[in-house]
Amino acid sequence: MAELLFWPALLLYGEAAVGYFGDVRRPGRAGRVATWGVRLGWLAQTALLGVQVARDDAFPWQTWASSLDLFVWLVVSAYLIWGCRRPYRLLGLVVMPLAVALLVVARAGGGTGIGSASHYSNLFLVVHVGLVLAAFAGFTLAAALSGLYVWQERGLRTRPATILRRQMPALATLDSLAFRAVAWSLPLLTLGAAVGLGRLLVRGERLDALIAVTAVTWLVWCAYLALRLVGGWTGRRAAYLALAGFVLVVIVRLALPATHFA
Amino acid sequence: MHLVLVGTSHHHAPVELREQVALGRDDAQALAARLAEEGSEAVCLSTCNRTELYVAAVDADEAERAAVAALASLGSEVEPALYRLRDRAAAHHLFRVASGLDALVPGEGEILGQVRVAHELGTTGPLLDRVFRQALHAGRKVRAQTAIGESPASVSAAASALAEQVFGSLDGRSILLLGAGKVSEQASRNLRSRGAEITLVANSKTDRDRIREQLSWVDVVIASTNAPGLVLEAATVAEAQRGRKGRRLLLIDLAVPRDLDSAIGELDGCYLYDIDDLEQIVAETLSLRRREAERAEAIVAAEVEKFHEWHASLDVVPAIASLRARAEEIREAELQKAESLLGRLDESQRRAVEAVTTQIVNKLLHLPTVRMKQAAAAADGGLYAETVRHLFGLGEDER
Repeated sequence: MAELLFWPALLLYGEAAVGYFGDVRRPGRAGRVATWGVRLGWLAQTALLGVQVARDDAFPWQTWASSLDLFVWLVVSAYLIWGCRRPYRLLGLVVMPLAVALLVVARAGGGTGIGSASHYSNLFLVVHVGLVLAAFAGFTLAAALSGLYVWQERGLRTRPATILRRQMPALATLDSLAFRAVAWSLPLLTLGAAVGLGRLLVRGERLDALIAVTAVTWLVWCAYLALRLVGGWTGRRAAYLALAGFVLVVIVRLALPATHFA
Repeated sequence: MHLVLVGTSHHHAPVELREQVALGRDDAQALAARLAEEGSEAVCLSTCNRTELYVAAVDADEAERAAVAALASLGSEVEPALYRLRDRAAAHHLFRVASGLDALVPGEGEILGQVRVAHELGTTGPLLDRVFRQALHAGRKVRAQTAIGESPASVSAAASALAEQVFGSLDGRSILLLGAGKVSEQASRNLRSRGAEITLVANSKTDRDRIREQLSWVDVVIASTNAPGLVLEAATVAEAQRGRKGRRLLLIDLAVPRDLDSAIGELDGCYLYDIDDLEQIVAETLSLRRREAERAEAIVAAEVEKFHEWHASLDVVPAIASLRARAEEIREAELQKAESLLGRLDESQRRAVEAVTTQIVNKLLHLPTVRMKQAAAAADGGLYAETVRHLFGLGEDER
């Protein structure tokens, strides 16, 4: 059943990614079709996760690959909050190819297979893994918004005659939405990380590279908020900082193994 | 009933002629009422680019003569510049006008409202009411299904669209005007219509410190002075930027020679556009409008076809009505003849007999009715109607 749901989700996300590229060339129908691809793909992936929960009778995201599945779902969910509105459709240009790539990686890593039962309680996994993943999804969205900001800002600076043909949100809107995404995500990361750290200290386990890089990631996003609120960092500088923070998110999600709580 | 159009527009007449026949609302309404006397219908559409009279009448030649005379009476030299269209061509023209396809700038949106007002002020009947409603529908459809009206078509509109690309909503945004030329006035008016406010109109006598102070917090600067050199140096703006805490600044330079230092565009948070940039944007958006106009023409053609089918069916409506009346007459007569038999039936059985005979008549007449309407749309309607009248002896009693 999980197999049957994985492919529609992947194909629909893929269709959406291609559709958004088409929307850049000629705004209109391709964008609308892409948005429906995201909606239907998200429904298929939601059903996939539901099947995994029912099948495993447990929190199904205890492996690296399966947690990547959840991460993709969270990113697309967050995107859907804005992405269906016409000015924000092009956010999908960044989000959907990423979603497709991560879903493929998750599948290659056995993300839809049956995971072994964890000796950790579901509540702990939901709070720790769930919150951290939700925060990373928010940061991904913030980075996507920042990427669009940089692209649009470059357009406004180079002054091409086609600048008004792009159906893009205003710079101020992109900037503000990226800030709000970070402002919502950072407390989630803080809480999720604190729960995990508390557990780690109680059990007397050692820190690993993943925890260290996550801490650095947390610091970068804290700096993002602080510099915006106190230092007046808005616009391009804030966007570049958000993109730097996202690089750390990618490292944490894709490059480092989770050896803690093993 | 024929649809007749007589009028002139920017395609056929220069402004000197158009202004002779331009009418205010009251005059347009009065002219339409006057033309509609003796049972016809009339609408007068008068804008700065066109004055057109739409008349629906049985005698098309007479209606056209009256409309030409009405416009010629307004301007002695206007008659050679008048175009005259009838029926399908007239409807097609109106649909194109309502869709903004006949405008100076393709996709111009104001005309849709002007057509609606003309319709409301006109003396309409079944034909003009239908054609104007369908024209308005076509206009709305074109705007909804194409991007013909989405992009700015003037320098001032382009400046406002750029401001929206930078700031989003312009509500409460502040504008500093350097100089007060005609184009900058149009641009600032456009921005104000979207909620922005002018905080200072500076001229050569304005204190430089006051301009610097404004630069530290305004959102948009529009420059259009006659100064021979630069009015605002990059260093001045850079200094002001330090106190703005990252707030964005859009600078529009409409002056030739330019008022604003081109190096301002390199500063962080500053977006500088000069008159050439804006004109290139407008040229690009106009070419986009022209491309969208091709799609709009297809929508208009489909709507005109629908109208034509309806209009043509009017020719056969009297024949269809006569045929149905004759059939009903026969049905009722035959039922009366059978009264001796039907009298023994109870009420529900009588109703059943009524229903069955009515169904038979309707089913028999359905296909001929549909075929006659189709034939009418294909221009054979008159022949079919005459044939039906002859075959069924319709109207012979009256003769």
